[in-house]
Amino acid sequence: MSEEYIVDVDDLTIRFNLATEKVDNLKEYVIKLIKKELMFQEFLALQNVNLKVRRGESWGLIGVNGSGKSTLLKAVCGILKPYRGNVKTVGTIAPLIELGAGFDMNMTARENIFLNGTVLGHSRKFMQQNFDQIVDFAELRDFLDVPIKNFSSGMQARLGFAIATMVQPDILVVDEILSVGDFQFQQKCYARMQEMLDGGTTLLYVSHDVESVRRLCSHAIWLDHGHVQMSGPAEEVTEKYINNR
Amino acid sequence: MSVMRDRINTFLKYKDLLRELVVRDIKLKYRRSFLGYIWSILNPLLIMIVMTLVFSQMFQRGIDNFPVYLLTGNIMFEFVNSSTHMAMYSVLDNAALIKKIYVPKYIFTLARITSAMVDLVFSLGALLLVMIVTRSQFHWHMLAIPVVIAQVYIFACGIGFILSAANVFFRDIQYIYNAFTVAWMYVTPIFYPVELLPDWLRWVVEHLNPMYYYIQHFRDLVCYGQLPSAYIFWGGWIIGFVMLAFGLFIFKKTQDNFILYF
Repeated sequence: MSEEYIVDVDDLTIRFNLATEKVDNLKEYVIKLIKKELMFQEFLALQNVNLKVRRGESWGLIGVNGSGKSTLLKAVCGILKPYRGNVKTVGTIAPLIELGAGFDMNMTARENIFLNGTVLGHSRKFMQQNFDQIVDFAELRDFLDVPIKNFSSGMQARLGFAIATMVQPDILVVDEILSVGDFQFQQKCYARMQEMLDGGTTLLYVSHDVESVRRLCSHAIWLDHGHVQMSGPAEEVTEKYINNR
Repeated sequence: MSVMRDRINTFLKYKDLLRELVVRDIKLKYRRSFLGYIWSILNPLLIMIVMTLVFSQMFQRGIDNFPVYLLTGNIMFEFVNSSTHMAMYSVLDNAALIKKIYVPKYIFTLARITSAMVDLVFSLGALLLVMIVTRSQFHWHMLAIPVVIAQVYIFACGIGFILSAANVFFRDIQYIYNAFTVAWMYVTPIFYPVELLPDWLRWVVEHLNPMYYYIQHFRDLVCYGQLPSAYIFWGGWIIGFVMLAFGLFIFKKTQDNFILYF
């Protein structure tokens, strides 16, 4: 509630309709309406989750597949709206949920830098000012006018990371994205993230690699089937998490 | 008040995205085509020629300059037809992106309508060409064409918002709307004079078909060299804004659930 939290997730519940009962045509809808089956089976991806993050902290989100880590990140970014509860954030968010989401495969790298930058809410002028910096970081100067459908997935990831991290955001949200790209580039990305952390950026980080969570994060939250299993200092939580397996 | 200001700020923040999306649509449309943008002028021209050959004999009486009459009607209707059809898919086509990054979703719908409007402006070139070739008179009133374009743009945005939102929940809309637009075309006086209709149908078209207002407005300026009647002029604005308000209302009410239905 107070200004001291930069990310304040309060008693958050997120609901999905299970895809098995997906009603997407009119006939089915009417039939279901008549049979009063329209309240489809609901699935709570997150239940009563609390997460309070102060400025400059870095949090790792751990848990097995399907435990709700990515859902929590999406709720923080504003992509998913809470079913119950509240999500409040202060300042700018740089979402690294999927690198290059919003790339148009038919367009060149140059065109995509502007397209993707404006998708992230930057102005065209701002992109022009930062254009060289992005190209240098992605190391793609020779391929600027090639349609990116001809790029390898690693090259696309490089471009996506470069665009998303060109500003110093208040909150950096990172979902398991660095698995693509070669070792050298991964090191470069970690270095960039560390640089941002030192500059006061708050980090939310999802990874299955507990080692990297320990390295980057001060705190951790462990999710299991949509519930918070444990949250606190990274060392303790990861310790418990590993022993639990 | 502050809600309104927030919305305007968000729009201003993403106006460059709107621009990029429109530019992308236009660029990709003619990539790899030999004549490129010229098609935007050539296409309505070819349709006009075909339809003139077919219909000019049937409806010659009562219409002074058939090619211009036809083209004015066709340009307007084609804009609404293509822009709303493109807008219908605008949210679904960008589902992958909407799932990953927060973007105001109406921007995608707006972008599709806007790129169709750019096409509309191109096809005015075709109109100009035909007017020169048929030696029609140019009127000062043609300077007011942007007014009718603004009206029909607002109207198309309204329909676009309704369709793009509805299409997320019921894919049937695509087929229903296809059939609907065919019917709509035939009850719009594009290639026949409205006087030809039986009285009751004429009354329906002149009062309940929104396209009648915009086409009539357009023809008043281009073909007849007069300002539209107050009825046509204000009717066009009112229909446009009512449709826009309705579209925005539906879109806003449903947009948070889009992501659950992709």
